[in-house]
Amino acid sequence: MANHAIPQHPGLVGAVPARGFPWRGGDDRPGEAASGRDGPAAAGARAVRRAPGGHPGWLIAPATLWLFVFLLVPLASILVFSFFTSTGFGMAPEPTIKNYVDYFEVEGFFDPEARKFLTPSVFLSTLGTTFRFALTVMVLCLLVGYPIAYFLALQVQAFKWQLALFLLCMVPFWTSYLIRAVAWLPMLGRRGLLNRALVELGIVEKPVSFLLYSEFGYTMALVQLYVVLCIGPIFFSLAKIDRQVLEAARDMGANAFQIFREIILPLSLPGVAIGMIFIFVMLMGEFASAVVVYGGKISTVGTVILNYYTFANYPFAAVNALMLMIAMMIGVVIILRVVDIRKQL
Amino acid sequence: MSVKPRKSAEARRRTLVKSGFGIYFAIFLIFIYGPMFAMFILSFQGKRGGTSFPMRGVSLYWWEKLIQPSTVGDLKGALVRSVILALIVMVFTALFSTMLGMAFRRPFRGSGALFYTIMAGLMVPGVLLSLGLATLLKQVGIPPNWWSTALGVHVVWTLPFGFLVMMAVFNRFDASLEEAARDMGAGEWTVFREVTLPLILPGIVAAGLFGFTLSYDEFARTTLLAGEFNTLPLDINASMTQRIRPTLFALGTASTLFSLLMIGLFLLVYTIIYRRTQ
Repeated sequence: MANHAIPQHPGLVGAVPARGFPWRGGDDRPGEAASGRDGPAAAGARAVRRAPGGHPGWLIAPATLWLFVFLLVPLASILVFSFFTSTGFGMAPEPTIKNYVDYFEVEGFFDPEARKFLTPSVFLSTLGTTFRFALTVMVLCLLVGYPIAYFLALQVQAFKWQLALFLLCMVPFWTSYLIRAVAWLPMLGRRGLLNRALVELGIVEKPVSFLLYSEFGYTMALVQLYVVLCIGPIFFSLAKIDRQVLEAARDMGANAFQIFREIILPLSLPGVAIGMIFIFVMLMGEFASAVVVYGGKISTVGTVILNYYTFANYPFAAVNALMLMIAMMIGVVIILRVVDIRKQL
Repeated sequence: MSVKPRKSAEARRRTLVKSGFGIYFAIFLIFIYGPMFAMFILSFQGKRGGTSFPMRGVSLYWWEKLIQPSTVGDLKGALVRSVILALIVMVFTALFSTMLGMAFRRPFRGSGALFYTIMAGLMVPGVLLSLGLATLLKQVGIPPNWWSTALGVHVVWTLPFGFLVMMAVFNRFDASLEEAARDMGAGEWTVFREVTLPLILPGIVAAGLFGFTLSYDEFARTTLLAGEFNTLPLDINASMTQRIRPTLFALGTASTLFSLLMIGLFLLVYTIIYRRTQ
């Protein structure tokens, strides 16, 4: 019955989402930019939104409680357990910093006889390796993914095609990551598809062995597994760019490179930052693909944590987890320092 | 006169750039889907064939092995558990996202802190949540279960996606529709049911899609928290630690096809509901 009121309201034409997916504004097309959102109707809507109503307490209580139990408590327990004493088959609540000493200390760390003054402990160097892989894959994902997002957002004109191709890029994100990692095995092996292709094309004479269980193959697989994560955010920030601005720049004589450097790139940076943060945190916690595609020849912090959990040395697993968290936070803060993403949210 | 040829040169250049991007996009799609497609073909490997090309005949041998109960543990049970878990996660994600989306329409105390807590679910690696909760449970002596603890951390992971979808929905939502209904004397609940809900339903479906698919495929968060019984990703991981055989490819193909089916279903429901709200 309330629906009857809708047509009688003259002010709200265009304020309803124009089309497509809810996350996509109707304001990225010239001609539509003027309608709706910043018109008087939207201003009225904002005033209404501020009007007093029911208290949001009961709306947020269940989710808040859930997040407290299943997110904050586990993270807090990692911090607490990292100071517990390992008993060999479990842990006892006797505070100690031994776990931290073990983590950082290694023979020759401060040994003047040692060739290198600061040889990092094996755990620190694992953290370093994980970080290095994350960085490499992030850069590669950006190089591979940015042109794709650019193509979808600014080159494809028809909305239907844009949506269809974007979904095509997103589908792998909704399928199993493990299976996508397994799928690399028939590609990379000595008799794998890539080798056959290389031989057939005459690029190499006989199959090369550096593909499977190697840094090269692992990196390539990681890029394929994670690149879709940055295409989404970059696509959204590119799609928000007002085409009239680009048209105006073109009319004023800017060439394609100038338009990209002066307008498109700066406006897409928030999306780039979100995508990079996303990929970064996923890669730092990575462990399964290291086993599948790298044959377990590499340890990531994730595999170290799980190993110590299996050995029932929970405090030491907790220390590793905590250090991973700190490294991640530093990385995220650095990315946020470079790009201010608040504009995006 | 001098403008015209320049324009056509410009148009030609644009077409060239566009087709360049098109070719790159096609290569990208091969890169993304190629390995999965190879796996799909290899699942029909002949009985004597191995885990890589060439194909030694075409057969359903590995698919049959997949269905036989003895090969990969309790596969059917794992699938059923994964689907049930995904459905529960879907409901919680859609419900919580909607409630939070409604709450965040008005400023309230602590909204910033809550926002960052929700987003933290996206940022914290699954292995950390698994470790933290699993050790805590060990310490206090509560056994983990796929329907309790795994459910808990799955929702932590899927909620940010659903929440962001609902935030986007409410950002573009016109509150004067509700105001009009209220002016006509409708109560808060009636306004929600008759005006708000139909308009945000596509968003709720999208939130549900994230809930279902991300939970169905989740591995890292489940790894220490599933308890006695495996979910499907855990079973897949377990079969990978053994010698890899084409059965795994059949399993991977089957699971991927199921995922695709669910995505298609969600998109269909989304389109139907979205058309109706227009």
